[in-house]
Amino acid sequence: MSPKIQLIGVKKRFGSKVVLDGVDLTVEPRSSLVIIGGSGTGKSVTIKSILGIIRPDEGTILVDGEDVTHLRGAARDKVMKKFGMLFQGGALFDSLPVWENVAFGLIQGRGMARKPARDIAIEKLAKVGLAADVGDLFPVELSGGMLKRVGLARAIASDPEIIFFDEPTTGLDPIMADIINDLIVSTVKDVGATALSITHDMISARKISDKIAMLYGGKIIWQGPTAAIDNSGNPYVDQFIHGKAEGPIKMAVKA
Amino acid sequence: MNPFASIGRATMTLLAHIGRLSTFTGTALAAIVAPPIYGRLIGQQIMRIGYYSLPVVGLTAFFTGSALALQIFLGGNRFGTEAVVPQIVVLGITRELGPVIAGLMVAGRVAAAIAAEIGTMKVTEQIDALTTLATNPIKYLVVPRLIAAVLCLPLLVAIADSIGVFGGYVVATQSMGFSGGTYLKNTVDFATQEDIVSGLIKAGVFGFIIALMGCYNGFNSKGGAQGVGNATTAAVVSSSILILAANYLLTSLLFSK
Repeated sequence: MSPKIQLIGVKKRFGSKVVLDGVDLTVEPRSSLVIIGGSGTGKSVTIKSILGIIRPDEGTILVDGEDVTHLRGAARDKVMKKFGMLFQGGALFDSLPVWENVAFGLIQGRGMARKPARDIAIEKLAKVGLAADVGDLFPVELSGGMLKRVGLARAIASDPEIIFFDEPTTGLDPIMADIINDLIVSTVKDVGATALSITHDMISARKISDKIAMLYGGKIIWQGPTAAIDNSGNPYVDQFIHGKAEGPIKMAVKA
Repeated sequence: MNPFASIGRATMTLLAHIGRLSTFTGTALAAIVAPPIYGRLIGQQIMRIGYYSLPVVGLTAFFTGSALALQIFLGGNRFGTEAVVPQIVVLGITRELGPVIAGLMVAGRVAAAIAAEIGTMKVTEQIDALTTLATNPIKYLVVPRLIAAVLCLPLLVAIADSIGVFGGYVVATQSMGFSGGTYLKNTVDFATQEDIVSGLIKAGVFGFIIALMGCYNGFNSKGGAQGVGNATTAAVVSSSILILAANYLLTSLLFSK
């Protein structure tokens, strides 16, 4: 089986700060890969590079074997239709009601009429456990957990082949975090999608992944099946998953 | 501190800004002609940029017209030219004050609102979200605002011209002893098509500047609330300065014959 997403030697620097220093990563179709790593290690930059929001300086990004690194315009839009993304803060459009947020990709991206798009939006909201009347609320009226659910409904609305999750449990209480984790697992299976997530929440990472990769110093320093992470034999991974202050990873306390 | 280094750095920053703004303008202009056209969004923006600016533009035009009439009357007193109040009011309003006052008021209202809205969307990742939903943010956010502003400003200025002349008329007939009929006849006989059209052309350019600076600063805002605040300030300041600079340029171009 050819990989769904492949990153080969991806490098990105901002000014003099090297964020990605040759990332190699492969995501198999219908698998769920979670990238773990500390804050500021380039997890978001990795995802945004695949999405084309950030342009890498070097390296190649393949989606379904197609080189998408430098795609623009209509060709880029075509690739974007394969993607869905759940943003950390939800990133819902606050000028639009919830249903229109969920249906946005269908109406704007695919030119669907508003009426059928609304029906699909209500159906997707039901999938993430929200009643139809939530559709008429505005994003400012929602709680943190509901925001994530609506974000998830929007991410799956156009049945994407690949779904990205950016810190899906950040800012939620442990119970709501677990509910969102369950929803991620069930919706990804349901849509039959490939999932690529980034998180520093190990409980979430273990729950939603088949494979885990750890990003440190701009490189993937370890990857393997989720079950193998406790026996990685890698001191960096051990320090991270157990959340210890002592170890090979030195946090830059001063910025 | 090395003075040469700081001059150099300032120059580099300025050049980088000009470069980014030119690229942004080019991208936006290319996006105007490319499909799809978001008619619904253009309509919304026409309401927000044009219709809701009517009260502020109308009021400022009225008071400007009145004050102008008063100044010409009192100043003209010194060499016996009080009689030309209607002619100078219509000339001053249509050629200069109508477009500039309306442009500056709309810059304060609209450029700020656009920069704050787009800036907030930027820092809350809503612009990235647009991209992931296969929607071009320039096309979706910038183009409707540009089109609406370029269409609305000339209409607003046409209204401002009428209200400004009316402001002069009220003062002239109420406190300077002009007869209403004579005042209007002098106004209409004196004003040429060129006076009015030149003002409307200026207005279209000012509309473009306002929407462009609002969008550009919004898109380039960084950080959180403070970044959005800075973007809003920059949008108002830069669009106001550009309006006044463009006004001079356009005046010299349009009346250079």
